[in-house]
Amino acid sequence: MGLPLAFNVELFTQLLVNGITLGSLYALIALGYSLVYGILKLLNFAHGDVYMIGAFAGYAALSLLGGPLSPNIALAPLIILMFLAAMIASGLLGVVIERFAYRPLRDAPRIAPLISALGVSFFLQNSALLLFGAQFRSYDSFVLGSKNPEFFEPGPLTDPLFVVKNVNIQLIQVIVLSTTVGLMVALTLLVAKTQLGKAMRATSYDREAAAMMGIDTDRVIASTFFIGSLLAGAAGVMFGLLFSQVFHFMGFLAGLKGFTAAVVGGIGSIPGAMLGGLLVGLAEAFAGGYLGGRWSDLTVFGILILVLLVRPSGLLGTPAIKKV
Amino acid sequence: MATGGDIPEVPARPDEGDRPRVGVDEWVASVEDRREERAGIAGLARRVDDVVPSWARLAAFGAVAASLPLWMDRGDLFAYGIFTLIYVLLGLGLNVVVGYAGLLDLGYVALFGFGAYFYALLSSEHYGIHWPSWVTFPVVVLSTALLGLVLGVPSRRLLGDYLAIVTLFFGQAFVVFVNAANPTVRGQGLTGGPNGIADIDANDLFGYELTTRRQQYWFILGVVLLVLTGLHFLSESRTGRAWRALREDPLAAEAMSIPVNRLKLMAFAFGAGIAGLTGCMFAAVLTAVTSGNFALPILITIYAVVILGGIGSLTGVVIGAIVINVSFQFLAPENPQDNARILFYAVVVLLLVIGIRPWWRLGAVLAGVLALGVVAHTVAEAVSPSWTAGAVVEGGRLSGVVSDWVIIPAGHDRFAPAAYIGLIVAILALTRIRGWWRTGLLIPTVYLSAIVWETSFVEQPAVARWILFGALLVFLMTVRPQGLLGTPRVEIV
Repeated sequence: MGLPLAFNVELFTQLLVNGITLGSLYALIALGYSLVYGILKLLNFAHGDVYMIGAFAGYAALSLLGGPLSPNIALAPLIILMFLAAMIASGLLGVVIERFAYRPLRDAPRIAPLISALGVSFFLQNSALLLFGAQFRSYDSFVLGSKNPEFFEPGPLTDPLFVVKNVNIQLIQVIVLSTTVGLMVALTLLVAKTQLGKAMRATSYDREAAAMMGIDTDRVIASTFFIGSLLAGAAGVMFGLLFSQVFHFMGFLAGLKGFTAAVVGGIGSIPGAMLGGLLVGLAEAFAGGYLGGRWSDLTVFGILILVLLVRPSGLLGTPAIKKV
Repeated sequence: MATGGDIPEVPARPDEGDRPRVGVDEWVASVEDRREERAGIAGLARRVDDVVPSWARLAAFGAVAASLPLWMDRGDLFAYGIFTLIYVLLGLGLNVVVGYAGLLDLGYVALFGFGAYFYALLSSEHYGIHWPSWVTFPVVVLSTALLGLVLGVPSRRLLGDYLAIVTLFFGQAFVVFVNAANPTVRGQGLTGGPNGIADIDANDLFGYELTTRRQQYWFILGVVLLVLTGLHFLSESRTGRAWRALREDPLAAEAMSIPVNRLKLMAFAFGAGIAGLTGCMFAAVLTAVTSGNFALPILITIYAVVILGGIGSLTGVVIGAIVINVSFQFLAPENPQDNARILFYAVVVLLLVIGIRPWWRLGAVLAGVLALGVVAHTVAEAVSPSWTAGAVVEGGRLSGVVSDWVIIPAGHDRFAPAAYIGLIVAILALTRIRGWWRTGLLIPTVYLSAIVWETSFVEQPAVARWILFGALLVFLMTVRPQGLLGTPRVEIV
């Protein structure tokens, strides 16, 4: 422990690569918080658990297609199907949560939906515990796609793709990064160019006025939940592929970090969520690499507190103006 | 039920549903809701609550509670008596922060933990310090209040939701600190890491040690009555009124020259002080503290206590604590499964009795459920004997009936999860439909809930209770956000 005496370029670069991968995962979670907060001013505590359910849905798809040791289909369609299953399951779950836990509280005091969200989060966590048990489930991404999985021959996912001066970049990291970038570009286009995006922006600006202009705000909100949860589901599969393990409690910490990313970048702002995600991922990777693993979480929380105290609206957020 | 019989029938609202009605004054529009407020069991409870004066309620509660040790054995007194009182105190403290001041504090359980750990450090073998209670109590309460004050400082700048997350982080950080950081002070780990601190001294009354369960129970009861009295006067005081004004609308309160920031900090410190006080007695009763006692599940339980009874109501907190702790203990893993089973079926029947209004409809549902069970069981057995060959978890008189009525398949791993998910879907569907369709769907739903109980929940009562508490929070928030005795809040636009 402690700072290394000489600056090690290889270690630094490796941590940079790991941090960016991790950060893209957090950015996807943060986007879900940001989208929902932007529209409803609601902090969706259950978002981390939607991400957890996404990871389990990916695992279920993997098991249905033959399991990690003997998949029935080729690697590329397998991974695509896992992503699709997780994204659809999470998206639908998000819509159901919104419909039954938040919509009845649209005009309630602000504390009510927060407590409801807390209840949903706890309910999902323990339902997963009941359905899947307390043991960790493994994606076995190490042997996924390998020719001889029984002999633990590494598969292409974790095989170093490029090795530049001992810095290794795995195929899975490239997949995670490119999927994230693709999803973010799609989201940005959706919000900026489509009619739904326009409706979302209008609803987030002023829900009542939007309703008076003929926008079906309930549908817009449901779509927002679908999109945000879908991104979380994708992040869940990415976590499973990167770290191999999924378990019922994984959503809690990931949710907190995703939220931190959203706040650091400026909640309600889409580029802010991406930036915040990267910052949190990098902070965690570097704190873990240089200070030791048990400090990585505390560093992330420290950043959150600092940002909240110094610039409560986040790096890219606009300060909220209170109207009387 | 004869309640509310004098209120004329209200015609169905034209726009049934929950779309915002633009241009309708909400206070006028919600007149039916307010009338409904007075009907039914909850309305009855509210009216009783309004009529009975507060000193009479306190006296009645004190008298009944004080007689508990006279007819309960030691184990029951510990599980049902002492723990209920602990939850009452925790609920009262949280009620000050959430109920009076309207601040969502998710780090509350860490303050409780801080109090317990601090008491443990000051009176145990850990460092060999054995201070008497009349010294430790004020020291712990004041320092916990101070910690609450420090935690409250960011709240001056933060919106409600940010405050929630910062305090949640604080709670998480406390568990990490106690468990993993465990810094070495004077030759040994400050918090004892995952093992916690053991051999904690009992509370004492000026030298007289309270070692038996009865003495501890009566001591805590005395503290509870004192705190209840104090909070009653506090909530009627100038400060209490100012807190409520702050809760309803911080901006308007500020405009009325109410010192918003100072009041927020006061609420935080007050709630924290009560949490610290509870921690002292909790540590002494358990004689050991570990970080697991102060984690997220306990926080959810305290919130359930406060919300069930009604945010902002003292009587509500007491009732909430009794209901929550009794069901909590019934669902404890070490409790005989027969008790949990009886509680489950009793609650289901009770919910049906409360929820279904004309008695003949209730009779139809109950008869339908019984008939459905018999038919389903017979059909399943005829199709394949393995469908009903699953072992019933033994326990008491009901298990014989259950094995002939509920489908418990043997060797169908996917059945239990499928039944669970089916039950959730059925319950969600129930909230969407009305009239006879609803009554019709209710019958299979009740039967399905019995299947889920017998195939999944009865084997894992600890998981089941967390699931039920989580669902309870959502249910209460969507159906009756003010709880049993709380005042419905009106948002005037």
